[in-house]
Parts: sequence; C-alpha cells; structure tokens
Amino acid sequence: MANFTKATGIKDWLNQRLAIEKVEKVIASEYWIPKNINFLWAMGMILVFTFKMLLISGIFLMMYYQPSVEQAFDSVNYTIMREVDFGWLWRHVHAVASSVTFLIMYIHMFTGIYYGSYKKGREMIWISGMLLFITFSAAAFSGYMLPWGQMSYWAGMVITNIFSLGGLHMDGLVEWIRGDYVPAQAFLTRFYMLHVLLLPLAIIGLMGLHFAALRIPHVNNQDGEEIDFDAEAKKYLDGDKKGSKVMRFANDFLSKDMMVLGIFLIFFFYLVFFNYGFALDPVNMDKADGLITPKHIYPEWYFLWSYEILRPFSTNVGLIAFGFAQVIYLFLPWLDRSSNAVAASRRGKFKIWFWVLLIDMIVLTAMGKLPPEGIFSTIGLVAALVFIALWIILPFITMNEKKV
Amino acid sequence: MHNNSRRGFMGKAFGAVAGVGVLGSLVAMKKSWDPLPSVRAAGFTTLDMSIYKEGELITEQWRGKPVFVLKKTAEMIEKQTESQEKRDIIINGSHFMVAIGLCTHLGCIPAYKVDEEEFLCACHGGKFDWSGEVTLLPPPRALDIPPFKIEGNNMILGEIGPEFKAMKDSGITL
Repeated sequence: MANFTKATGIKDWLNQRLAIEKVEKVIASEYWIPKNINFLWAMGMILVFTFKMLLISGIFLMMYYQPSVEQAFDSVNYTIMREVDFGWLWRHVHAVASSVTFLIMYIHMFTGIYYGSYKKGREMIWISGMLLFITFSAAAFSGYMLPWGQMSYWAGMVITNIFSLGGLHMDGLVEWIRGDYVPAQAFLTRFYMLHVLLLPLAIIGLMGLHFAALRIPHVNNQDGEEIDFDAEAKKYLDGDKKGSKVMRFANDFLSKDMMVLGIFLIFFFYLVFFNYGFALDPVNMDKADGLITPKHIYPEWYFLWSYEILRPFSTNVGLIAFGFAQVIYLFLPWLDRSSNAVAASRRGKFKIWFWVLLIDMIVLTAMGKLPPEGIFSTIGLVAALVFIALWIILPFITMNEKKV
Repeated sequence: MHNNSRRGFMGKAFGAVAGVGVLGSLVAMKKSWDPLPSVRAAGFTTLDMSIYKEGELITEQWRGKPVFVLKKTAEMIEKQTESQEKRDIIINGSHFMVAIGLCTHLGCIPAYKVDEEEFLCACHGGKFDWSGEVTLLPPPRALDIPPFKIEGNNMILGEIGPEFKAMKDSGITL
C-alpha cells in the first residue's frame, strides 16, 4: 500500500491522494509555450470560451424548449423570447456563439495551414481538430432544426436527402434517418437528442483528444523554429527566463491569451446585444410548412462554401464534389509533401496556393448566398473547380519545395 | 504458457459474448430509428379525380409530401411528345399529370409558372415541363410519380395498382 502520512494541511492532504501539484505542473505551470507567437495563437482559448457560452446558454434554453412539432416554434419564439426573463439573452448568445465559433474555427484552421502546424508530429492535432470541425458542423445543423421554422424544415429536408446518395436512390436510408417520409416528430426529437447530448459528449471527448495531441509536439511558433523544449524549460527553471525561448502556459501565456480574449469578448457581446440579426434568419421566423418551399434555401454562412461546391453540378457529380470537400482537409498532412513547418510566406508556390485557397473559400461563400442564376452560377462553378484543382495539385507543388 | 493459453481462451470467450451483445444492440438501435407503425399506417391518401379543373395545378398532400395534380388541357394533350404522353395517368378519359412535388435533386418544392407552363426549383435552378420531365439540370430525373391505384373516379396514393406497376417496370418512375 502507498505510504500516507498525517497531512500538514488541506493541500498536502489532497496532494497525497490526487497529486494535485504534479497535475498542476503538467497542465499549467510546466507546460511550455514558445515565446515567438502572435495573437493568432489565442484562437484555441477563444474557442474554449465560445463552447462554454454555448453550453451555458444551451442549458437555459433547454429548460423552456419543447421538442414537439406543435410546440417547438412557439416555445422558442414566444415562450423563450417574450415570456422568460432574459430568455432573449440566452437565445442571442446561443445563436451568435454558434456563428462566431465557426468564424474563429476557420481562423484557427487557416492559421494552422499558414504556419504548417499539421506536420512533424502534429498530425494528430490537425486530425482531432478536423474531427471537431465535423462534429461542430453536425451540432450546428441539428441545432438549426430545433426552432422548427421554415429554414429548419427545408434545410432538414435537403440535407437528409443527401443520404439517398443521388443515383443510388437509398430512400430507405433517408426515411430511416428521419423516422418518417418527411421531417416530422420522430426527426425533431432525435435531432434534439443529438444536439443536446450525443454531439456535445463527442465534442467534449474530442476536445480532450485535441489538447492531449498538443502535449508532446507542443504548439508551433511563427518562425517555424525547432525548439528543444526540455533544454529551454531547464534554462527557464534555472532562472534564465529572458534567455529561454519558452514560457509557462500559466500564468505567462494565459495572461496574453486573456488579453486577446478580452478584446474578443467586447466584439462578441457587441454582436449579442446590438447586431444579432445575422445569426437569426428571418425566413426561420415562419413556422415549418411541408407544402411551401422558401423562395431561396441557403444554409448558414459557415456552410455556404461546401454548399456551393454541391450546387453547380448534376446530382451525382455534385455529391462526389461535396464529399470530397468535406473530407479533403483531413488529409492535408499527407497531401503537403514538403517537410517545411514554417510560415507560408517562406514557402514559394505554397504561399500562392494558400492565398488562392483562402480567396476561393471566400468566393464560394459569397456565391453560395446568391441565387443560382446567370453569372453567379458560372462564378460558383469556376470557384468549385478551382477548389478541387487546388487540392489535386498540392502534392505536386510541395514535392520539390526547397528546404528552408 | 499454460496460463497464457487459458487467458487467451478467456479473452476469446469474452469476445464472443460481447460480440453477440454488440450485434444484438446494433439491431435494436437500428430498429428503434425505423418509421413507427402509426407513421406507416397514415401513408395512404384518396383523391377524387372528378373535381379538378383543366390547366390548373393543385397541390395535394401524401405522406407529408406535396403531390402535384394537373388536369391537362386539350392543347397540352395535342402537343405532347411520346415520352410526355407515357407519363399521363388517364382516369375516365381525362389526362392527368400526378407527381410528387419535390425536386428530384434535393427535395425542394418547384413552383409552377402558369404562363411558361413549367416548374422552376428555386433551390438549385432546376426546371421541369408541365408533364414533369426535366428541361434544365441539375435534377437527375423527371418528377417521381407516387404509387397509385385507380378505383373508378378515385385515385388511391400509396397503393400499387396495375397502371403504376407498368410505369415502374418500364422505368418511367422510380
């Protein structure tokens, strides 16, 4: 049996049983972060915050929301918005936080791509991050069903129809997912379950994996410098804090993180209080009706780019292109053949590739919002083809990249 | 060595028991998500076909889906091509276009433009003519015809009659 002695205080008592000092060192004071980073390294902590906001506002929404096709719409638009004191606050926080989560997730992702933070032992960080993106997408979609407005219903119809897999006509699978011929009660209740239980559980698990994946390779730095963390940590602990290339996660790095978070919070609550409209589609303020399609169905802004890859093609080709767009980011660590884990600005052709990809994503997003007519469908088609071409040429342009 | 083989056996025995359990629970989970019997039972709709006016599109409802019913005008019957004619449902001498009013692309409801005599899907721009055939991509096929059975003046949606079976067998609808 382990040797327990009479505790000298509460801390010592806990220490003997839970090794709290050691745990604190591992996750905070002796978890080493490079010094040469910038504000883009704070996005992860902002995402932790937005997830926390989603969780807290979601808990309050759940107390009045009714997952039934008759009552769902009124429980959101009347009970929560008008009757419950501060009900509007939870709804606005929830809607804005989900939208902003995607904004920050895209910044986080493209920071990773720009600095090559997905290679040399950091592959699992990238993969767990992309899995988080996929689960967050599923959570956003399932949550979008819950107010049971027109956009909820028709987005549910269109997205579940994707599972018939075009020419394969797997209508049985679609009916199984819905539990009905069309989105109805069974559909609403199971998506409610996914949204409030299964997907949040998966997200929390994946967040654990994402942090754990960071532990051994450590975070990248903006110069792509390979740091000997053990040696630098020793230097720091021996008193040469200035000469060491690393700092403690807490409180050194965290203080900078909190500074960025503070600025973000001002932006976030500005949106919540004064500019929440972008996250609440006016079409969804009409109750779901299976006999009237809204004039123009479009997803929330964060799905527009992949929607636009689906749209300009015939069904089967569109589905293949869409499937390609959904999974291709996962394979980035292997499609990028260069071993340079440095900023894109120092990587020649990759630099051009990065900016073209980013601009293409923005063009796809803009076209996805516009009606599929005339010049817009042509631009959309070209942008979709560019997206696919970019990923196909990536291995070839990085294969012979000079070592920096 | 003796011990190892015993552990190996116990491991395999547990694996077998757990495997049966996993399979069983997967079946239960799959079945729990199937449409309920009450949902399936409500899947029949009877339409009285004698009440429709020529050239006017009426939207009925079957299994929660919109069903387009268009009694064709003499002019339409006159000008229709062979493939358009094959989609006709003839009840007491009247020609009808009856189809599920969901775009075969991803399931939005196409709107009927009376002047152009065509359907336009606002979601992805697909077009269908007044007989339900595709005139502009992306829809992969003509509007689906729901399973039907003709009894006198009535049309029962959800049941499979000989006319529907013939259409299905010749590939006119799914």
